Amino acid sequence: MSTRIVVDPVTRIEGHLRIEADIEDGKIKDAFSSGTMVRLLEEILKGRDPRDAWAFVGRVCGVCTSVHSLTSVRCVEDALDIVVPPNAEMVRNIMFCAQYMHDHVVHFYHLHAMDWVDVVNALKADPKKTSELAQSISHWPKSSPGYFSDLQKRITKFVESGQLGIFSNGYWGHPAYKLPAEVNLIGLAHYLEALEWQKEIVKIHTIFGGKNPHPNYLVGGMACAITTDDISGLNAERLAYVGQLLQQGKEFIEQVYIPDLMAIASFYKDWGAIGGGLGNYMAYGDLPWNGYRDTSSYKFPSGVILNKDISKVYDVDLRKDDEVQEFIDHSWYEYKGGDKGGLHPWKGESKIKYTGPKPPFQNLDTTQKYSYLKTPRWKGNAVEVGPLSRMLVGYARGREDFKEVVDKALTDLNVPITALFSTLGRTAARGLESTLVAQWGLDFYHQLLENIKNGDTRMADSTKRDPSKWPDKALGVGHSEAPRGALAHWINIEDQKIANYQLVVPTTWNASPRDGKGQVSAYEAALRDTPIADIKQPLEIIRTIHSFDPCLACAVHLYDEDGKQISRISILGD
Amino acid sequence: MNKETVQQTPTYLEEFKRKGYSRKDFLKFCTLMAAYLGLENAAIGQVVKAMTVKPRLPVIWLHFQECTCCSESFIRSSHPIVADVLLDQISLDYSETLMAASGFQAEEAMKNTMTKYKGEYILCVEGSVPTAADGVYCMIGGKTSMQILEEAAEGAKAVIAWGSCASNGCVQAAKPNPTSATPIHKLLKGKPIIKVPGCPPIGEVMAGVIVHVVTFGRLPELDGLGRPKAFYSKRVHDTCYRRPYYDAGLYVESFDDDNAKKGYCLYKVGCKGPSTYNACGVTKWNNGVSFPIQSGHGCFGCSEENYWDNGRIYERASAFPGFGIEATADQVGKVALGVTAVALGAHAVMTNVRKRKLIKGLEKEGKDSEHELKD
Repeated sequence: MSTRIVVDPVTRIEGHLRIEADIEDGKIKDAFSSGTMVRLLEEILKGRDPRDAWAFVGRVCGVCTSVHSLTSVRCVEDALDIVVPPNAEMVRNIMFCAQYMHDHVVHFYHLHAMDWVDVVNALKADPKKTSELAQSISHWPKSSPGYFSDLQKRITKFVESGQLGIFSNGYWGHPAYKLPAEVNLIGLAHYLEALEWQKEIVKIHTIFGGKNPHPNYLVGGMACAITTDDISGLNAERLAYVGQLLQQGKEFIEQVYIPDLMAIASFYKDWGAIGGGLGNYMAYGDLPWNGYRDTSSYKFPSGVILNKDISKVYDVDLRKDDEVQEFIDHSWYEYKGGDKGGLHPWKGESKIKYTGPKPPFQNLDTTQKYSYLKTPRWKGNAVEVGPLSRMLVGYARGREDFKEVVDKALTDLNVPITALFSTLGRTAARGLESTLVAQWGLDFYHQLLENIKNGDTRMADSTKRDPSKWPDKALGVGHSEAPRGALAHWINIEDQKIANYQLVVPTTWNASPRDGKGQVSAYEAALRDTPIADIKQPLEIIRTIHSFDPCLACAVHLYDEDGKQISRISILGD
Repeated sequence: MNKETVQQTPTYLEEFKRKGYSRKDFLKFCTLMAAYLGLENAAIGQVVKAMTVKPRLPVIWLHFQECTCCSESFIRSSHPIVADVLLDQISLDYSETLMAASGFQAEEAMKNTMTKYKGEYILCVEGSVPTAADGVYCMIGGKTSMQILEEAAEGAKAVIAWGSCASNGCVQAAKPNPTSATPIHKLLKGKPIIKVPGCPPIGEVMAGVIVHVVTFGRLPELDGLGRPKAFYSKRVHDTCYRRPYYDAGLYVESFDDDNAKKGYCLYKVGCKGPSTYNACGVTKWNNGVSFPIQSGHGCFGCSEENYWDNGRIYERASAFPGFGIEATADQVGKVALGVTAVALGAHAVMTNVRKRKLIKGLEKEGKDSEHELKD
């Protein structure tokens, strides 16, 4: 007999995710992933100006901020045949690299670390030993015995206050925590340092896009004009600022994030055999060196790997009707032609239809529809997207830079390549690609400086921003490799307005419910067979789910609703 | 409401002293307490400490229909830095973004604070509440966001509505607002609500609101719309360093044109600074690095109510109803210049014409002096 457990809310993620799991003999027999919030942004986009779309869809997510805006301007530029100046490509790339660095570091320390690091146990560490250990794995300067001792005192005082704040009710002391106290203390110290660091790297967005979260983008290029001889634009001071931030970001990743990741991973090698899941991986590719249209110049190559077979990589075509399709067999929607069968996003339709239990409820009926996420498939296959997919596709495509970092990590940890197909592999891949991206960010930066030096100061092409120059009808698709994985937007423009706008986002690929054939998506696949030590403290579920870095606000969209527009407004107080 | 204080609970030691007991009596009490609780002698010190240390301000932070940009912005604050806020100033007892616990343990942490600090905790709300279809468009732990808000607000001392979602509904409330996304002041009555609009609000502004409550022990003074006066009493237009160009009628005509490179006013390419109240021009973003206008893009009014439906982003503000500046300026312009078809020359009324000449003159002067240096 199996026992059904529920984890809701899953915290330290973006958005609202619910996991139900059936536990039998100390293992997960089956698991169900449900997105429980919806905003219907696609309906809101209809009839609006395509040049404004980036701002609306940017608000899909404030954690992976900027990625939807970037994908949207690419989508509209594709539809209107706009080619942006090389400087705008470089600025977009630099901003994207900054986003990766921010997102991955924050994920590791603030969203994922507490699955591996026992904060309370850190209070038992010997500061002197902690210092020796820290200095043996990195030359990061904040590593003296006094530094760790002061921190420990501060946290001790915090714990003794009895108000544990964000650490309240954690799974502290759970048998699945394996780190020595000294490693826990290093993890805690860097949790706080990373919290301070993360507010710096985003200043790159502020310089180019005016603010972060939600920097500004522009169809046709970028709005930040280059003016080497004026205070108001990108001049030498602004550019030097960007260079310094990129350099500091790289240092933190190389001297703090990666040493911590490797140290922590070395105590959890068993997780190199847990949480593998589908074994199908997909990436659309990104970070163009020679313009978005030249896919061969992408730093992240595109492709699909099936059944863990890295000897073969399949090509992806987002325009083809039979490649990317969305299904709704277990999603709270209905299709005009019936709920069976998938639709390509350009033909995508959906109408919300909530058929779940009336809240408050204890359990979902997972034999029926059970999520606001649709179920995307590539040629009918469930695929995983994200850092691991990108690293595997880069590796399988034979790219030297990918091979170098992956092989080194495998050697350092003394694990086989098959260890990548796991929860640990996912978490490690995120760190490894951070080191690549940190260098690429500097490469793009130097290219931008070189262009300006050579006299090219163009930042936007406004010639096709005028709607009178647009065709009556236009279709566009834009893609990117968001930190959480392959992302694409599809647009239909009619009479200079948005007729339809569709987003198929990374977390929809990973967190969606099963399809009509019973094929599960990545989360549900990865959770199967995971050992659970204590069903009242399902730390192991959280570990694997967090290894995907869920982003649920991104994952849930649609564009019609059968709104019983019931305005039941509760009035509190008097 | 504005003067309402958020009294922090006195520590046990303070309470003892107030009642005329000595510190020695207090330590005796602590020893007895420890014995009652079955603690070893070694734990007495902890009991003493716990009773001497002031409780940090308990905070419950809820997430509904949102994108988490507000939480992200909060952790961007540079003064104070968020690590210090979390460790020294508040006790963030429930936050789906940062808290260690999930599921049952997370819900329990919230319940504990609601019970233990009834009437004392601050409730922060990030996101709007969908009221259509009985609330099923946002459910957490099997409950609707409407139910959760109702329960959590009941014992709250005050409520902070973070960002435009909670203050005015933001993007999901844009037409046709398919989920009936509702800002929280329309759902809660009888509670002080501080609205901190913006998509997101500036990080330092968010931390500033929290610090105000902790440091001064009372809520900040609010304007007629419920926003802290300190950060929302000035228009972006009035604090914009490009304002002189507006007054002089010097505008960017299209992105990346020569005027854009000169940093002229962005009004013609859609800047909504003239109708937007926010701190962007003064506090700026991310520790004062820049703000949208400084980086070449117009303000699109993200802290204003219904900003998604107040005209298109790149549309000049005069083209939609309800915005008076251009109309007034046009009339002045018509009189001053004696023409009827002038749209933007409007701003070149006589005083400004003089200013424009002055700026042009200064530019020439600058160029001349540069030449002199080269020579």
